[in-house]
Amino acid sequence: MRNRIFATIDGNEAVASVAYRLNEVIAIYPITPASPMGEWSDSWSSEGRPNIWGTVPLVVEMQSEAGAAGTVHGALQTGSLATTFTASQGLLLMIPNMYKIAGELTSTVFHVAARTVATHALSIFCDHSDVMATRATGFALLCSASVQEAMDFALIAQASSLESRIPFLHFFDGFRTSHEISKVELLPDDDLHTMIDEDLVLAHRARALSPDRPVLRGTTQNPDIFFQSRERANPYYIDCPNITQRAMDKFAKLFGRAYRLFQYHGAPDAEHVIVLMGSGAEVVHETVDHLNNRGEKVGLVKVRLYRPFDTKRFIEALPSTTQAIAVLDRTKEPGSSGEPLYLDSVTAIHEGIIGGWGKIKIIPKIIGGRYGLSSKEFTPAMVKAIFDLLSIEKPKNHFTVGIHDDLTHTSITYDPKFSTEPDDVFRALFYGLGSDGTVGANKNSIKIIGKNTDYHIQGYFVYDSRKAGAVTISHLRFGTRPIRSAYLIDRANLLGCHQPIFLERYDMLKHILPGGTLLLNTPYGQEEIWEHLPLSVQKQIIEKKIKFYVIDAYKVARRSGLGGRINIVMQVCFFAISQILPKDRSIEEIRRFLYETYGKQGEEIVHMNLQAINNTLAHLFEVKIPDRADSPIEIPPPVPEEAPLFVREVLGKMIASQGDELPVSALPPDGTYPTGTTKWEKLNLALEIPVWEPEICIQCGKCIIVCPHAVIRIKTYDPKYLEGAPDKFKSSYARDEVWKGLKYTIQVAPEDCTECGICVDVCPARSKSETRIKALNMHPQPPLREEERKNWDFFLTIPETDRIHLHQASVRHQQVQQPLFEFSSACAGCGETPYIKLLSQLFGDRLIVANSTGCSSIYGGNLPTTPWTTNAEGRGPAWSNSLFEDNAEFGLGFRLSIDKQREFATHLLKKVSLVIGENLAHAILNAEQKDEAGIYEQRKRVEALKKWLQDVESQDARRLLSIADMLVKKSVWIIGGDGWAYDIGFGGLDHVLASGYNINILVLDTEVYSNTGGQMSKATPRAAVAKFASAGKPAPKKDLGLIAMTYGNVYVASVAMGAKDEHTIRAFLEAEAYEGPSLIIAYSHCIAHGINMTTAMRNQKAAVDSGQWLLYRFNPERAKQGENPLHLDSPAPKIPVQQYLYMENRFKMLLKTRPIEAKRLFKEAQQDVNSRWSLYEYLAARKSEIEKRNKSSG
Amino acid sequence: MDLSTKYLGMTLRTPLVPSASPLSEEIDNIKRMEDAGAAAVILHSLFEEQLRLERYELHHHLTHHINSFAEALTFFPEPTEFHVGPESYLYHIQKAKEAVSIPIIASLNGTSVGGWIDYSKRIERAGADALELNIYYIPADIEMTSEQVEQTYVEILKAVKSEVKIPVALKLSPFFNNIAYMAKRLDDAGANALVLFNRFYQPDIDLETLEVRPNIILSTPQALRLPLRWIAILYGRVKADLAATSGVHTARDVIKMLMVGANITMLCSVLLRHGIEHIRIIEQGVRNWMEEHEYESVQQMQGSMSQKNCEDPSAFERSQYMRGLLTYKPKA
Repeated sequence: MRNRIFATIDGNEAVASVAYRLNEVIAIYPITPASPMGEWSDSWSSEGRPNIWGTVPLVVEMQSEAGAAGTVHGALQTGSLATTFTASQGLLLMIPNMYKIAGELTSTVFHVAARTVATHALSIFCDHSDVMATRATGFALLCSASVQEAMDFALIAQASSLESRIPFLHFFDGFRTSHEISKVELLPDDDLHTMIDEDLVLAHRARALSPDRPVLRGTTQNPDIFFQSRERANPYYIDCPNITQRAMDKFAKLFGRAYRLFQYHGAPDAEHVIVLMGSGAEVVHETVDHLNNRGEKVGLVKVRLYRPFDTKRFIEALPSTTQAIAVLDRTKEPGSSGEPLYLDSVTAIHEGIIGGWGKIKIIPKIIGGRYGLSSKEFTPAMVKAIFDLLSIEKPKNHFTVGIHDDLTHTSITYDPKFSTEPDDVFRALFYGLGSDGTVGANKNSIKIIGKNTDYHIQGYFVYDSRKAGAVTISHLRFGTRPIRSAYLIDRANLLGCHQPIFLERYDMLKHILPGGTLLLNTPYGQEEIWEHLPLSVQKQIIEKKIKFYVIDAYKVARRSGLGGRINIVMQVCFFAISQILPKDRSIEEIRRFLYETYGKQGEEIVHMNLQAINNTLAHLFEVKIPDRADSPIEIPPPVPEEAPLFVREVLGKMIASQGDELPVSALPPDGTYPTGTTKWEKLNLALEIPVWEPEICIQCGKCIIVCPHAVIRIKTYDPKYLEGAPDKFKSSYARDEVWKGLKYTIQVAPEDCTECGICVDVCPARSKSETRIKALNMHPQPPLREEERKNWDFFLTIPETDRIHLHQASVRHQQVQQPLFEFSSACAGCGETPYIKLLSQLFGDRLIVANSTGCSSIYGGNLPTTPWTTNAEGRGPAWSNSLFEDNAEFGLGFRLSIDKQREFATHLLKKVSLVIGENLAHAILNAEQKDEAGIYEQRKRVEALKKWLQDVESQDARRLLSIADMLVKKSVWIIGGDGWAYDIGFGGLDHVLASGYNINILVLDTEVYSNTGGQMSKATPRAAVAKFASAGKPAPKKDLGLIAMTYGNVYVASVAMGAKDEHTIRAFLEAEAYEGPSLIIAYSHCIAHGINMTTAMRNQKAAVDSGQWLLYRFNPERAKQGENPLHLDSPAPKIPVQQYLYMENRFKMLLKTRPIEAKRLFKEAQQDVNSRWSLYEYLAARKSEIEKRNKSSG
Repeated sequence: MDLSTKYLGMTLRTPLVPSASPLSEEIDNIKRMEDAGAAAVILHSLFEEQLRLERYELHHHLTHHINSFAEALTFFPEPTEFHVGPESYLYHIQKAKEAVSIPIIASLNGTSVGGWIDYSKRIERAGADALELNIYYIPADIEMTSEQVEQTYVEILKAVKSEVKIPVALKLSPFFNNIAYMAKRLDDAGANALVLFNRFYQPDIDLETLEVRPNIILSTPQALRLPLRWIAILYGRVKADLAATSGVHTARDVIKMLMVGANITMLCSVLLRHGIEHIRIIEQGVRNWMEEHEYESVQQMQGSMSQKNCEDPSAFERSQYMRGLLTYKPKA
C-alpha cells in the first residue's frame, strides 16, 4: 500500500510543483492568473530546490511572453527540458513559436491558466478563448478540470510529450482551478521518475543542436516540399492519443486515478449527454449524479485531450442509448458556424457513424452552447436547464446559458432555485476588505481543516478589481464527499461579515440558509447592534431564524497590537462558531500556523497574534433576536437619482453587485462607455478626511497637486458666488496678487477621499502657536460627512477659475485647473495618479490617451465606473487601452490619424473658404495655438466654421464638418508603466520615439510590475528585492532617458513630483509644447515598494537627494538655439544612497534575507549613482557644438 | 617608549581606541584601523529596539496589501528565512575577529532585561573580547524617580555580568545627580570599565519646516572638559578602568585624558572628520610630546593629574566653574 501524502494547495502551486521538478529551464513572463506558477518556480529555484534529476532548474523572467516562448524554444532546441507558464494575451504572443516548436516535433509542456482574451474589453477571468486560439499550432491540448487533475495532468502531459514528440499545452481554468485551494494527493519524485521514461529524455537530448554533431533546423522550404513535409509529421499526431492514454493508464496504476481521453460519467443508458472540458465538467458531474439519483438518465463526456482530437475514442465514449448531445464551449467565435468543441463533436459523430465506430447507430440530436465567458458562473441549475433543453424535440442550437440574451435570444432560462448542494457539505462565506486580512485568514482556516480532518475541502476567493478599498469574498466548503462544486456559494451555513458597512452595501443575507449563522464584526455590543442594522437585514434574520454573533474585532486586534488586521480574531470566531474542530484543537492549530507563517519574522509577531487569540472569545457574543424588524435604516440606492439613466440602470446594477442580472441589450455592443462616472459611486472609504484651516493656509497648492484621487481641490472666485453657501462652507481671500479681491476655497470630497493623508503630509503651513496643527489636518469622517457633502456639492457649483490668465508653471496657480481624472480606483496614496491628474488639468480638454495595460488601465478603465471626465463644456480626455505591448504604436496611430484628418480638413477649408469667408479660413489656417488663449480663440473660430458649414450644401462642407474639430490642437499622450516602456513595449516605444512625430509619452515608473504583484522589470534598480530578484536585482536600472536622448530630437524629462513639483509641471508643459516626440519618465512610488504611502512623497525627495533618481530635461529646442539641450535639474547628491534605500522595504528586506549580498549591492548602488551623476554632470556641462562654433567664429 | 596600557584586563599597544561609530560597520575600516595603529576597536552598537522595530516594519510591509487584488496577491518574494535577530551583527564580530588581531569590543544597547542578557551571551559566543553596554536611555517619564533610573542601570549591569565571562564596560551618560556615586554603584556591581561619556542624540528644530529633526553633531574639542573632570575625580576611587570618550581630537587631548586617569581614549569624531589614518598622526603626536617632555611610558602619566594626585584637587570641583565665569571677559 503506497503512503499517500496530501497537501492543501491551489492549482497553480500544484501544477508548478510538477512542472518545476520535470524541467531544467523555465522562462516566464508575469500574467494573471498564471503568474504564481512562475513565482513558485523562482522561489524554489532561489532556495536551491532540485528537480527530480538533482539539478536546480534555471528560472528566467523575460521581457514578454514572446520572449519567454523564444527562450523555451532555444532551450529545447539545445536539449534541455524547458517549460513556461502563461495565459490569455501572453499565450497569443507565444503562438508563432508554438508553430515552430510543434513543427520541429519538440517535447515540451506549456502550462496555461486559461483566461479570456481581450476583445471589446480586457478581462482577467476565465474562459477558453486563449487556448482555442492555439488549436492550429500543432500543440496537443490537454485540459484538466480540478486542482488534483491539474497536478496529475502536468505529469501525464510531460510523459506523453516526451514519448509522442508532440508539444503539449496543458490548460486549466484560470482562477477557478488556478486559484482554488483544494486537498490534493502529492506526486512524489519516485513516481515522477516512474512516469518519465529516462530513455526518452536522452532521446530528446540526442536531438539537440550541438557543434559536436551539427545539424541544421529551421530551413526555408519552397513549394516543392513544404506540403509533403507538413504531412510527414502525421504519424506522430496519429500516435499521440494512444500514447497519452497509455500514460494515463500507467498513472492510474500508480495513483489509482483513472483518466480517459474522453471520460464518460453517468448512466450507462443515458439518453442525454453533455460534452465539455474544464472545471465546468465538475459542475456537470455533480449535477449528473444528482439527476441520476432522482431516476433520470443523463451523462457527460469530459474532454481531456482536445488536440489531437481522437474521433474514434470520442464516439466510443458515448453510450449507445445517446439520443441528444449538448456540446458546451467556454469561448465564443463570432461569425462561426459553431464554437470549436461543438464543430469537432459534430464532425466526429458524422465520421464515427459513417466509419461504424462506437455504439451509436443513429445520429443523435447535437447542439452547441456557450457558457462561462470571463468566469461567468456556471451552476447545476444551468446544467439542469441544458438537460431539460435536450428533452425538447427541436432544442435551441447555438444557445447561451448563464445570461439573459434579450437581443438575439440565444439564452436559455434556468431555475436558479435548483441546487445540488448536499447537506453534509459545510459552506461558509466571508465578506472582508483586502486590508483586513480576511482572505489570508480563510486560506489558513481551510488549510487547517484540510490538514486536521479527513474532509474534502475547497477554498475559493473572489477579489475586487478596485485597488482602494478592495472587497474580498471568501467561499469555503468542506465535507466528507469529494467537492466538485466549481461555482460560488449562495446557500451558506455561515456568513461572516468582516466590515459592518457591507450590510448597507450588499444584500449578503440572501446567501444564508434558513437556520444559518451570521458573524458580524461591529463596534456595537450584543445589546446595541440590533438598532444599527438595516431593516432588510433585520427582516431576513428573523425570517430565516438566523443565529447572530457579534465581535468588535478591531478593538481586539488593536489591543493585541495588530492594528487594522482582524484576520486572526475572525478566524478564531469562525472555528468557535463552526465547531469544525474541538475548540482547543482549533486554537492549537491556529497557533501552529502562526509559528509556521510568522515564526521566521520574529517572536513578537507571533506573540501579538497569540495575544489576539487569547483576547477573542471573551469578546464574541450571541445576539438575542427580537421578534420585530423596525429599523429606520434603509439600504440606499447604489447611485443617486440625479445620475444619468445609463449610470442608474446599468452601472448602478454593477455597483450593487447585480451586474449578472443585466440583459444583453443593456450593454454597449462595442465596449464604448461614457466617461465621468466615478463621481456617481460614493465609496466612503475614509475613516478620516483632511479638514482645511483657512487661517493657517498659505495657498501654495501643494496638497492639491499630490492628491492621487482629485478629492481635494481649489477654486478662486468672485465673492458673489458665496451667496447661498452652506453655513459651514469655508473660504478666505486669495493671497495671490493676480486674484486680488477673489475668494479662495480648498474643499474636500468627503465620500471620495481614500484617507491616504499625503495632502496633510506635504502641507508646509503650520499654526504659529501650536505647530502640530497644519493648514490641513485629518479628522474623523462620519461626523463630517453630511456637512462636507453639502459643501462639496456647493463647491462644484462655483464656476471654474478662468484658465487663460493662469501662470501654468506655478503650482499655486496651475492647481486651480479642474482635474479631468477623478476618484479613480487606484490604491490609496498612489504615486502614479497625481501625474495623470496633472496631465488632465493641463491639457484635458484636448487630450487623447493611449494607455498601456497595467495599473493605469485598471484604475483608468475598470468598470463599473471610470475616472476620466469632462469639463463644463463637455470636453475632456478620450481614452483607450489596446494591449500591454503595443501602446506606443497605438498612440502613434492616434497621432497619424489626427494629423491626417487635420491635413484633410485644411485642404477642405481652403476649398470652401470662399463660401465661409476668407478671413475666417485664413484665421483658422494661420492660428497660433501655443497657449491656452490661442487654443481658446481657435476653438471659437472652429465653432463659427461649423455653424457656417451646417448651412452649406456641399459634399466638401459635410466632409469638413465631420473633421473640423481636428483644426483645434490635440494633445496625444501615450501612458504606461515601466513594464511596458522598459520591457514588453520597448521595441515599439523606441520606434515611435524615432518616428519624429509629435507624440508625448508618460512612463509611470514604479520600477516594478505593480499590477501583477511586484515582478522585476528592467526599471528595477540594483539591490531592490522583487519577484524574480529575491536576492536583490544584481544589475543596475536601465537608463531609458539616456537611450532616448541619443536620438537628439526627442524631448526627454525625468521627474519626481515629491522632489520638485514645479519641475514636473515645467516638464509636462515643455513636452507638450515640443513639436516632436517627448518622453517623460515619472518616478512613481508604489505599494510594491513596501513604504508608508502617507509619507511617500518624502521617499521621492530622498530618491532625488541621494542621486538615485535624477531630475533633468533634455530639450532639443535648446540645441536649436545653440545651447546645451540637457538641463540637469537635480542638485548634486546630498545624502548617501543607503539613507534612501533604508526607507523602503524593497531594499531593506535584503538586509534581512541576504545581509552580505545586501551590503555589497548597496555599495554598488552608490557606485551606480556616483558614475551616473558624473556622466550627467558632464553631459549637462558640455557646451553644445553650436555654442562652441558661435564662440570660435565670434 | 612604552605606550601600552591596560583596559578590561587586556594589554593594549596604545591607549588609542576608535569608539563605537558607523566606521566599524565595515570590516575594511576595522582593518584600516588596525593598520593605522588602533589598539582595539569598539564596534558600532547592536540596538535591540531597532531590531524589534525592524521586525514589526518587515511584518507590516510583507502583510500589507496582500490577498486584496486578484492580479497581485503578494508583492514580495517569500524567502525561507529572515535574519531578523542579531545574526548579522554576530557575523560581523566573527568577521572582524578573523580580519584583525587587535581586541574587538562589541557594543550593545538593549531595551529589555531579556534582550540585554540574550544578546550579551550571543555576542560572547560570537567571539567578542569584551562588551560595552551602551545604556542609551532618556528617562522622560515624569513619575520616575532618580533612584529608579539609577537602579535600572545597576540591574542591567548585574544581569549581564551574571551571564557572561568576558569583561563588561559600561558607557554612561553624564546626567546623574551624583555621577561619582553612580560610578561607585556600578563599580560595586562589577563593571570592569566605565566609559565616560555617552553623547546622546540631541534633537534640533528645522525653522523652515517647524519640525523636530535628528541632527547628529560631531564632538568638538570643548566636549573634552566633561569627561576630563569626571575621570579626574573617579581615578583611584573606583576599581573599574576608565575610558575617555567625547572630544578627544588631538595628541594633547589624549595626553590630558591619560593624565587625569583614563586607561584608554576613544576616538570618533576626529576619525569621521579626518579619516581613519589620523590615528597614526595622533599616536605620533603622543610620542613626540612624551619624548619632548621625557616621559617613558603612558602608565607613568596615567592619573598624574587626577584629583587625587594633582596639586589642587578642588580645581575639579564646582567652584572652578564660578572662577572661570568671573575671569571670562568678552572681547572688546
